[in-house]
Amino acid sequence: MPNIYEILRGTPNDSDYNKKPVIVQGITGNYGSYHTKRMIEYGTNIAAGVTPGKGGKKLENVPIYNTVKEAVDATGSKISIMFVPAKFFLGAAKEALEAGIKLLIAIPEHVPVRDTLQTLEIAKKNDAIVIGPNTPGVIIPDVIKLGIMPASPFKPGNIVVLSKSGTLLYEISYNLSEAGFGQSLTLGIGGDPINGTRLIDAFDMIKDDPKLAGIVIVGEIGGDAEETLAQRVIDTKFNKPIVAYIAGRAAPKEKRMGHAGAIVYGNYGSAESKVNMFNKANIPVAKRPTELPMLLAGKLG
Amino acid sequence: MRLLEYQAKKLFSDYNIKIPKGLTSKDIDQARKDVKELGFPFVIKAQVPVGGRGKAGAILKCHNQDEFELKYPQILEMSVKGEKVRAILLEKMVEYKKELYLSLFLNRGKRCYTIIASSDGGVEIESVKNQVIREVGLGNVEKEVAEDVAKEIGLEGNSIPDFVDLLQKLSKLTIEKEAELAEINPVAVLNDASLLALDGKVITDDNSNFRHAELTKFLERTELEERAEKSGFSLIELDGDIAVVGNGAGLVMSTLDMLSDNGGKPACFLDVGGGATEESVYEALILISKMNKVKGILVNLFGGIVRTTTVASAFIKAYKNKLIDQTVYARLKGAEAEKSKEMLKNTQTELFDSVEEAINAAVIGVRKNA
Repeated sequence: MPNIYEILRGTPNDSDYNKKPVIVQGITGNYGSYHTKRMIEYGTNIAAGVTPGKGGKKLENVPIYNTVKEAVDATGSKISIMFVPAKFFLGAAKEALEAGIKLLIAIPEHVPVRDTLQTLEIAKKNDAIVIGPNTPGVIIPDVIKLGIMPASPFKPGNIVVLSKSGTLLYEISYNLSEAGFGQSLTLGIGGDPINGTRLIDAFDMIKDDPKLAGIVIVGEIGGDAEETLAQRVIDTKFNKPIVAYIAGRAAPKEKRMGHAGAIVYGNYGSAESKVNMFNKANIPVAKRPTELPMLLAGKLG
Repeated sequence: MRLLEYQAKKLFSDYNIKIPKGLTSKDIDQARKDVKELGFPFVIKAQVPVGGRGKAGAILKCHNQDEFELKYPQILEMSVKGEKVRAILLEKMVEYKKELYLSLFLNRGKRCYTIIASSDGGVEIESVKNQVIREVGLGNVEKEVAEDVAKEIGLEGNSIPDFVDLLQKLSKLTIEKEAELAEINPVAVLNDASLLALDGKVITDDNSNFRHAELTKFLERTELEERAEKSGFSLIELDGDIAVVGNGAGLVMSTLDMLSDNGGKPACFLDVGGGATEESVYEALILISKMNKVKGILVNLFGGIVRTTTVASAFIKAYKNKLIDQTVYARLKGAEAEKSKEMLKNTQTELFDSVEEAINAAVIGVRKNA
C-alpha cells in the first residue's frame, strides 16, 4: 500500500518536503475557487488547476489547464483534490488516475455508488489512493490542508482522527485540541456507502507510525466499517490507545440520515453492532462527542 | 429510494419474476372496482415504507364485501411506525406450503453484492434462521452459485431451477436499477413446487436517480421533503415535539442521540449541510414552521467558517415575520458568539455554550409548556 505520509509530505531529502504540489480539479467553480483560496492561505502548495475550456487562465496566480495530464506534466503533482459535480465525477476521476495521480481527494457529495465502485477499480489498477467521495478531506495540522475543513479546530500533535462525518470531525478535533491533544493527521472517510479509503485502510496507513500516540474513531450508523476495524485491531494486537464515538443511536431503521451511507437494515449498520464490536476490541465508546478527550486521557494513562 | 411493495412488485413483473395478482388503489371507489376484477378472497396490504406491517395489523385477509367495506377504510387511515399509509394493495390469496427468505444487498465493506437466503422466511431479517450467505462480486449471479444456494437451503425437484431463475432475475434487477437491497420475503413455495414473490422490498441508490426516470415516477415526497431537497437539506420527520436542526449529518445525528438520551422526543432531523448561512437557517425555520407538532427548536451549529451573528439574524427575522413563536434553544459554535448573545437578548432564543445545556433547557422548556 502506498504510504500516505510520504505522498502528503514527501521525505526530508526532497527539495519540496512538506510542500508537495497539488492539483485542484474544478478550480474555477464557486466551491472549488473558494476552497482553493483557503488551502493556499493554510500553506498548501496548490500548483495547478484543471477546468476544461479554461486552460491558460489563472486563479490566485495558479495556472489553469484543460486536462489533468497537462497539469501533471507541468507540475509533477501526484495529488489531486476534486470539486467537480457528482455527475461528472467518474470521468474526472478516471482522467486523474490515468494521468498518474496517486492520491485523489474526492470532495463531491451525491456520487452514485456504481461510479465510485468503477473509480476504485481504476485506482486499484493504478496503485492509487482515493479518499471519499463525500469527504471533508485530510489535514496534517500546520503542514498541509487538502479539503473543505475550517483550519481553526486542528492543532499539530500525535493523535490521528478518522471520521465518517465532516462537522463532527471538526467539533471533535476542536475538543481534542482544546484538551491538548493535537493531531498528526485527521482524515474524513466520507459519508457514502462505499468509501475509497475505508476505516480499516486508513488504520493500516497510520498504525505503524512510531510517533502515533493514539487514535480517535468517529463512526456513525450504516455499513460495517467500524466492526471490520475493531476486528483488525484485535487481529493485529494493536496496543496504542483507541477511543471511539458512534453517531446515530437514536436514528430510526431504514431511514437515510443525511449521509447516503447512514442507514440501518435490520442489524446491519446498527449502532449496537458497532458498539459491541468496539467493546470486544477494548475500545471505549463515548456517549457524547465531548467525552472523547477524557476517554483518551484515561487510555493514555 | 425505498420502493413500496407494489412498486417493487411492478419491477419484479418487469423482470418476469412471478407475483400474485394484485391491484393498487388510494381510495375506496377505485378499490371497489378492483375487488370486482380480483374476486374474493384476497389480502388487504397497507403500502408503507417500513417493515412490521403484519404485527401492526396493516395486512388483513378479506373474504367478502362486508369485511372489505369495514377493513379497507380502517387500513387506509392507519399509520405504521409513524408512516402514513400511502396506498393499498389488494392481492389474491395464495395457497402455499413453505416460506423462504431471499435478498441481494450491496456489501459495503467487501464492495460486492451478497446473497442471503434461508428456508425460514416470512419473519423480519433479524429473526431469519439458518441464513446462507454468499458474496458474489458485482456482476450477475452465476447459475452454479444460485444452484448451490438453492440446495443449501434444502430445495428439491422443480423448486431448484425455479429458484435459480428467480435469483438470476433478481440479480439483473439489482444491477440495472442500482439497488442497494432487493429482498423477497417471503418467497412462497407453491403446492406444485414453483416459486412466487409474496412481498417485495427494493432500495435504490438515490444518487443514481438521474439515470432512472423510470424509478423517479415512484417517488412520493411530501411538500416539506421536496422543499428541503431543493435547498440541499436532509429532512426526516419524526414522532416527537422538538425540532432538531444542525449543519452536517453526523452532528445532527449526534444531537438527536443526546436529546433522546435526555428524554427529549425529536420532531425531525434537519441537516442544512456542511455550511450554514442566514438564508439556509431561515429556510430551515420556514420548514419547521410548517410542522404542527413542534413545541421547541433545538439548533446545533458548528461554525468554523460561519459567523454566528449571521445565524442570529435568521432567528430575529423569523420572529419578526411571525414565522415561528416557539423558543429556539441554540448552541452556536463559531466566531462572534458574544455579539450574537447580545443581538438575541430580547428574543425567544436562548443561547448556550454547550449542546448539552441547550438540550437540557429544551427538554425542560417543552415539558413546562405542555
